[in-house]
Amino acid sequence: MTSEHQTSLPGPAADIRNRAASWLVRRRDHEDWTAEDQVELDAWLAEFPANKIAFLRVDAAWKRADRLGALRTPLPKHKWLAPVLKFVSTGAAAALVLGGVYLTMPREAPPPGELYVTGVGGRETLTLRDGSKIELNTNTALRVGGKGTQRTVWLEKGEAFFQIVHNEAHPFVVFAGTHRITDLGTKFLVRRENQMLRVSLLEGKAQFDSKNSRGSQQATLNPGDVLVATAKSLSVTERPSQELTDELSWRSGLLVFRHASLVQAAAEYNRYNIKKIVITDPKIAELNINGALPANDPHALTRSAQRLFNLRIEERPGEIIITH
Amino acid sequence: MVKIMDSNREGKPLPRPGAAMTTPEFDAWFAREVLPLEAALMQFLERNCRDKAELEDICQDAFIKVYEAAQRERPKLVKPFVFAVARNIVVDRIRHARIIPIETALDLDTIDIASEEPGPERTVIARDELNRLKTALERLPKRCREAVTLRKIEGLSMREIAARMGISVKTVDAHLVEGAATLANILYAEPTDLRRKP
Repeated sequence: MTSEHQTSLPGPAADIRNRAASWLVRRRDHEDWTAEDQVELDAWLAEFPANKIAFLRVDAAWKRADRLGALRTPLPKHKWLAPVLKFVSTGAAAALVLGGVYLTMPREAPPPGELYVTGVGGRETLTLRDGSKIELNTNTALRVGGKGTQRTVWLEKGEAFFQIVHNEAHPFVVFAGTHRITDLGTKFLVRRENQMLRVSLLEGKAQFDSKNSRGSQQATLNPGDVLVATAKSLSVTERPSQELTDELSWRSGLLVFRHASLVQAAAEYNRYNIKKIVITDPKIAELNINGALPANDPHALTRSAQRLFNLRIEERPGEIIITH
Repeated sequence: MVKIMDSNREGKPLPRPGAAMTTPEFDAWFAREVLPLEAALMQFLERNCRDKAELEDICQDAFIKVYEAAQRERPKLVKPFVFAVARNIVVDRIRHARIIPIETALDLDTIDIASEEPGPERTVIARDELNRLKTALERLPKRCREAVTLRKIEGLSMREIAARMGISVKTVDAHLVEGAATLANILYAEPTDLRRKP
């Protein structure tokens, strides 16, 4: 890199900025950075405060751009399990994946229709013919009713956010195990995990029905309501809207934690990543963290833990262990 | 960090004493507290400056003065300090101009320093930040955007990007340099518009 500076003036701002960007990319993005390069860069930075400021500015912007990594959708491990998210009218591609997926499905009588799946870390949006939108989160399987019965879906596992176009004559129905959610013009989030089902209602109204050996239970959901159903219990609580917004931050690739324990945050991360965060020490597990972090980068959490609490991070194949 | 200034290479002027002696901690402070004021400062200058071609340079001047002054003593209220420095530069330039346009002379007394509350710049939360970055990315020229996407979203190396795009590493470098410079301008020089409802 040669210098055009003959005078003691730093030169026009635009020129310096371009020069700074050029240094930055050489420094941050090339793999062959040497000690000599560093000497040369230091000399350039020391030459004028304007150089230093321009470098700090472009460096800060380039680091901020790292957040864009949150938009990455990792490829699923098995090709044949790849998300087949297309407009529902396409049948052939979806039919191909059925065989493979059935193995992981619960042994209920399989309902008809087409199956849509995402892998760990995946995220896809499905648009139905009526304009209703369903966003599938990580590791999710959703079945959509066939022609004429598109407004009936089965959440086999995982989590999905529904934005439903209301139709008085054809209510939209979500089945999840023995539970049923009937929308009355609605935005809502459904998460099915182990034996638990969680429904968060953002807008509109929905009817919830649950049938099990003990009989049937019902609840009407209003905006802000969060329903939690297990095999034995059913509860509905009203939550602050902030909490619901946080809960939906996966839609933009982020996980938001407010006073979450480290072990909760790790469990959340492990839903999104093949590489699992492991915490065994109960003292570490209870440490509190706050922040919005990219869901597909478990190191974003472990690095923060390392920095904030002075913990040790141990990398192993398939896992990251946090210890003292 | 290596700091060797043994020779006056390529006839460059030697650094002024003290100019290079900032700590990473100071630089981090500057990046966190001062750089985000650029958009507000540019708006202020646009209102108060006749010569639009000089806005960027005045802004640069102001940041240099703040950078140097803050090394001696950090201002308690950063925003009013930065604006006061910028105001003095504007006033100085007007005084030194041979011909003073009448409107400018009138402006001189009305140059007002922005309020003291911390700017909305600070309250950018992660979600807005990601949206802002996405919008900024979309504004890059096509090939440049492609290279930045492969680097920042897909996390590919320069060599992998070159192979994927079928271009040389040197061209990838040029795309990334353009991308970094443009993103910095969008992120720092333009107002955030956070207060506007979507």
